[in-house]
Amino acid sequence: MTQQGVRWTADQVLALAPDAASRKAGSKLGAAGPWSEAGSSDEGTVWGLCKGSGSKPYQTVIDLADASGPAYKCSCPSRKFPCKHALGLLLLWAGGDGAVPDGQAPDWAEQWLSGRRQRAQEKRAAGRAGSSAAAADPEAARRRAERRALRVTAGATELERRLADLLRGGLAGAEQAGYGLWEETAARMVDAQAPGLAARVRELGSIPASGPGWPVRLLEECALVHLLDQGWLGRERLPAELAETVRSRVGLPSSADGPPVRDRWLVLAQYDVADVKLTTRRIWLHGADSGRTALLLSFGAAGRAPELTLPVGLALDAEVSAYGGAGQVRAALGEQFGPPTPTAIRPPGVTTAQAAARYGEALRADPWLDSVPVTLDRVVPVQDGDGWQLADAEADSALPLTAAARSRPGLWRLVALSGGTPVTVFGECGHRGFTPLTAWVDGTGEAVRLW
Amino acid sequence: MSSPSLPVDSPAPGAWEELVTTALLGTDRRTLPGCPPGQEAPVALLDLAAVETVRRRAGLRPARAAERPQPAPEEPRPALPPAAARRLALLLADRPGTGSGRRGSAPDLMELLPQWLAAANERGFAPPPQALPALLDAARGRTDLRPAALTFAGPRAMWLARLNPDWRFALRTAPGGGAAAPPLEDPAQVERLWQEGLFAERVALLAAIRAREPSAARELLATTWGTERAEDRLMFLDSLRTGLGPEDEPFLEQALGDRSRNVRATAAELLSALPGSALAARMAVRAGACVAVDHTGDAPTLTVEAPHECDAAMERDGVVAKAPPGRGERSWWFGQLVEAARLGTWPGRLGGRTPEEIVTLPVADDWQGELHAAWCRAAVRQRDAEWARALLGSPAAPEAGGPGAVSLAERAKLLATLDTGERAEWVAGFIATHGLSEAFQLLGVCAVPWGGPLGRAVVDALNIARDAGSYPWSFSGVMGLAERCLDPSEAGRLDGLLAIPDEPEDASPGATGYWAESFQRLVTTLRLRATMIAELEGSEAVRT
Repeated sequence: MTQQGVRWTADQVLALAPDAASRKAGSKLGAAGPWSEAGSSDEGTVWGLCKGSGSKPYQTVIDLADASGPAYKCSCPSRKFPCKHALGLLLLWAGGDGAVPDGQAPDWAEQWLSGRRQRAQEKRAAGRAGSSAAAADPEAARRRAERRALRVTAGATELERRLADLLRGGLAGAEQAGYGLWEETAARMVDAQAPGLAARVRELGSIPASGPGWPVRLLEECALVHLLDQGWLGRERLPAELAETVRSRVGLPSSADGPPVRDRWLVLAQYDVADVKLTTRRIWLHGADSGRTALLLSFGAAGRAPELTLPVGLALDAEVSAYGGAGQVRAALGEQFGPPTPTAIRPPGVTTAQAAARYGEALRADPWLDSVPVTLDRVVPVQDGDGWQLADAEADSALPLTAAARSRPGLWRLVALSGGTPVTVFGECGHRGFTPLTAWVDGTGEAVRLW
Repeated sequence: MSSPSLPVDSPAPGAWEELVTTALLGTDRRTLPGCPPGQEAPVALLDLAAVETVRRRAGLRPARAAERPQPAPEEPRPALPPAAARRLALLLADRPGTGSGRRGSAPDLMELLPQWLAAANERGFAPPPQALPALLDAARGRTDLRPAALTFAGPRAMWLARLNPDWRFALRTAPGGGAAAPPLEDPAQVERLWQEGLFAERVALLAAIRAREPSAARELLATTWGTERAEDRLMFLDSLRTGLGPEDEPFLEQALGDRSRNVRATAAELLSALPGSALAARMAVRAGACVAVDHTGDAPTLTVEAPHECDAAMERDGVVAKAPPGRGERSWWFGQLVEAARLGTWPGRLGGRTPEEIVTLPVADDWQGELHAAWCRAAVRQRDAEWARALLGSPAAPEAGGPGAVSLAERAKLLATLDTGERAEWVAGFIATHGLSEAFQLLGVCAVPWGGPLGRAVVDALNIARDAGSYPWSFSGVMGLAERCLDPSEAGRLDGLLAIPDEPEDASPGATGYWAESFQRLVTTLRLRATMIAELEGSEAVRT
């Protein structure tokens, strides 16, 4: 693999930045000035010394080939991750003007790298051993699981009562009752160790203030919570796959115990969803050979960026293992066999009608699903009153964009990219509409991030 | 449900509405048909609603497509080389507003965007379409960036701007892009727009025609001149500044009799900028009468006898009779006469002396400031390089750097009348003698990039300033200019300045470190500019 071959684009590097301030600070450091003794190796390691305000330069090293996504190390005091020095160094490297020549990693970088890789290996070994260790005391594990199941059952039963009361008195009352009413119930669900139910209850609380049409949305969501409660309470009678889906929707821990699938995974999209307590990073992958679409989740506590970052538009040679449950797309990233590389892999696309049908089918396995990942082939962004839609180039049908997508700058990148002509768009398609995440011209061009 | 898509195969039309109504009112108040009242009613309602919800979602179909937009016009220009496209993304990602106080050693990318745009436009590249929103946003935030950004953004950006109200400005400002784009080839349409257009459209139309064919614009203006409102006449008249020439004189001469005083003043100002105009000659006669050479003393001296009154003819020629507060009436009138007088008549009036000799003559009774300042204004207005050169004097002269008859602001304007080489040479000489503290304004009028003697003079002066022990931020203005204007090939010259030398005893604490940092930023920025240009040339691996 040649050095030029693995270089990323500036866009891909900037996509790693945890926030806008780091992006800005990092791009300033992406010039040769403050850097010395920078270099990179074929294995996907980049290192360099960056002159800061102190007398001793910061040591920055990045391992792009780490088994669990890029890893960074910098001697600067920043708590951002990756820090501006790591971003700047990657930009310098991406610029490809010879400022980061091929070479042998210096001792300080090599030490960290080998330490990391060794720890990762030990962890993998321990993981294998660990699963058997857990099995070593199945009796204790079973007792723990039983205790938790009892608490969830109590929670679900209480939630059912709560919903019945609401429907008896009427949803109209919910508008006045406000948010506090639900906050308390959500807290009870947390106590019941059912975080999935807690999150749904919190969402119920926000619906009455969500604008016109709220009663319909509230009834829908109440009905789906009810469906989930009933699914849990009657889980013994459900098919195994559906029971597993119910368990994971309720919020019981599940594990990525599917068989590892090695493939060339195109990174389709990466974006963060943040609430007060937690930032969730969603990364969509498409397997070139398996044709599978997988979702990686990475979490960061309040105000901190999630750890895993992957460059949109590049491909990883890596193993991915699916989580349990019917129609489950969530997976975990396993071993990575080299640094991410540029690729011409593009997922095959479908029409808008096929995309809508695909969502409908997916609901059979998981009725709580909000959207499915879909690549639309040859669609044109079209303004429709105040909204936007993606219209088939060849047919008179279109998918409306979600409200969230309409308010994002990515919408305009999509419109600009299309210029009124067909483009290929990857995104999430569901009952709220379509959320575009990445687009290509001609289905093969450069991957353009929209989120 | 926000989706306009329709559920299919609803078994009982209205069943869902019925559920929603019952849910809103509550099962205690309303009985759902087919459901038992009492304890079980809410659960039965939720069961039904769950089935309906999943059915509705599973049955979603695409909506009808709305009317398709006209595709954006074809982009005839070639795409940017990949490295240049990446650079653009970086420059656009660096928005102002989040920066901290001290600048550190990293380049200020936003400051490089104008240069990058100019270089890309010179080479005629098209932007990557997905960069257009950021380009339009940048142009929206910085009016100075607009012309270059919109030229580069090209036809697809105009197409885009029609879809987003935030970018309406682009339709107004873009060269040939907006709805107000004057169809100059079609006389009937021009006539119609001129007769019926909004004021802004008419101003734009007039400016566009004036830029292409000055006389046509003047003739168009003449057709409606008598019926225009005074404020509009003033704006229209102002558009004649572009391409002003002797053939405009009759029209301007007629405007000297305008009802509006501001229109009269503007007409007079424009006429006085025409050295051959009758007005300039009339003013020269009046001004000439006020200045004479007195040979009675040891050396010839200029004496000034300011006018005693401002008569109607003077007022008609644009002299403002009422002096601003704090100025003597007579010196006020005198200044205006000299400013508007044809410069070419002075040598004849003053004993056949050259401008240079005239400027060096002593002036009696403290009139020198007034007289020289007025000559400066005249030289700038009439774009007279010979007089400008004379008034500038030698850059090394002591009075050039300090308070003299001619201020630095006036010198900067005078410099603008010289050609670029002479300008740079004069400023280089000035900096070599007077240092940098006063040079900022003068550097601002020099052509970019600074090469040769000017660049060397600036770098040497910065080096001297550092050795003198002051802090670099005293020179941050010049430093910033140097980052943008110094020829990148001068970067090598700066290498010796990057090291942190031992702190001199009388230096300000820490100054040497800050200087090293400033020079570092300067060098980095210069290298980056060189790389930027190389990327646009399409050469991949460049290292300056």
